[in-house]
Amino acid sequence: MSGYTPNEIMTIAAARELTSDDVCFVGIGLPSAACNVARLSHAPDITLIYESGTIATKPNVLPLSIGDGELCETALVTVSVPEMFRYWLQGGRINKGFLSAAQLDRFANINTTVIGSYDRPKVKLPGAGGAPEIATSCGEILIVMAQSKRSFVDKLDFVTSLGHGKGGDDRQRQGVTTKGPTKVITDLCVMEPDPETKELTVTALHPGVTPEQVAHATGWSLKFAADLDETEPPRAAELKVLRDLHHRTNEAHQPKAAQ
Amino acid sequence: MAVFASLAEAIRDNLKDGDLVAFEGFTHLIPFAAVHEAIRQRRRDLWLVRMTPDLIYDQLIGMGCVRKLTFSWGGNPGVGSLHRLRDAVENNWPRPLEIDEHSHAALANAYEAGAAGLPFAMLRGYRGAQLKEVNPNIKEITCPFTGEKLAAVPAIRADCAVIHAQKADRKGNVLIEGILGVQKEAVLGAKRAIVTVEEIVPDFGAISPNACILPSWTVSAVVEVPGGAHPSYAHGYYKRDNAYYKAWEDIGRERDVFLKWMDENVMRKGPEVFQRHAGRAA
Repeated sequence: MSGYTPNEIMTIAAARELTSDDVCFVGIGLPSAACNVARLSHAPDITLIYESGTIATKPNVLPLSIGDGELCETALVTVSVPEMFRYWLQGGRINKGFLSAAQLDRFANINTTVIGSYDRPKVKLPGAGGAPEIATSCGEILIVMAQSKRSFVDKLDFVTSLGHGKGGDDRQRQGVTTKGPTKVITDLCVMEPDPETKELTVTALHPGVTPEQVAHATGWSLKFAADLDETEPPRAAELKVLRDLHHRTNEAHQPKAAQ
Repeated sequence: MAVFASLAEAIRDNLKDGDLVAFEGFTHLIPFAAVHEAIRQRRRDLWLVRMTPDLIYDQLIGMGCVRKLTFSWGGNPGVGSLHRLRDAVENNWPRPLEIDEHSHAALANAYEAGAAGLPFAMLRGYRGAQLKEVNPNIKEITCPFTGEKLAAVPAIRADCAVIHAQKADRKGNVLIEGILGVQKEAVLGAKRAIVTVEEIVPDFGAISPNACILPSWTVSAVVEVPGGAHPSYAHGYYKRDNAYYKAWEDIGRERDVFLKWMDENVMRKGPEVFQRHAGRAA
């Protein structure tokens, strides 16, 4: 046994993408876990920003919602939501955005809107939230999500947020000047867009994962880099930070004793 | 000037059938008690707007109060779906629901434009995003100075805005602290506004000169409802009841379970049930 779960290596590998110099717009769920593991280990001075308006927040437990009180109580400052989206995000003050998705395609475009057609949805997903403008206004985008044929699809049911569009220079042609997705971290591997075509290419496998496994969990014919790296396994200290964080979080979100 | 009223009076006098209404609160200070009163008074044909419709909009939609929803993220935060919203969109139950779907940035800008008295908001948004293909309320405009193409969305000017805040003073001025969301903009853009508060105090005491205050003359009615934001939270008073949000997954999933729960916990109750959740956070 490896001593860690696929979810743990995914979260820790994602956390390693961040440094103390980053100003990072944090999505809820997996991105929030990764960003706080970074802050609690190798990137103590990272500025984490949540769309509820909290700037430089240092939550002791992971928030269940994007606006838990913990985020405000531990923030340097809390601004209104219009100010957050106008001055800070649109104003170009945020260099990294950390997102997740319900569906992702080979150019790292994101669907969080609908499964099925928009007019006759099979499943209505929660929707865009902040993602369309996070995806285009942050300097670059990191995506963390578990990999399966259902989530890594050949064709999105709906393009909620722009990744690399149709590939190549499609982002620029749509008037977007930021880099877009630079890495996708899953529970199996790490992918990066090809420098020219922008198609996602596997550049590192997590220890013990085979290319066949990754291909099998992907809805398109996935490309692999010629010189595949292996992700460094989680270190004991990283695992401790992550597990302690989840433990504190579970304790905090336990149902209260019956009243 | 704001009048001090009971919750039943405030809803009766300020929220009409067919209104465009914003019950706002960005995961914080969500006006649960006020929504429950609107449901008890059986408001119909409402056009709801909110950035993050959560449990209260699930409840209004499932009880058949709503004809249209303008929103940017409709889920149960950290838990999953809003099953009543989904049932309305996917199966037209209990009635068809028209949706006007946006991004957070667009709606935040739209609220601000409403407060500023402008007809529309513009933003550098929706680039490469498919919502602009399915929502005719997302248009493109060209900057007259630089030629840059920008997105435009209609301003939000509600008939009625409903929010919850920590405090009102004896004159009806309202103080909001913590995560502010778009409440100030929603109220200033609305024709009428109802504010429920944790407590009415003689004066606010020592607060920052830059505090978020809505003067009494911007508000129609102030109602003291301690605990009125439960199961969301009131910064400085009580914490978010995350267990309730998790429990809603099972309550909201099935129509009959939902209706029974609403009958027992909303239709047969009054705003006093929120009192037990009130209190200052330790």
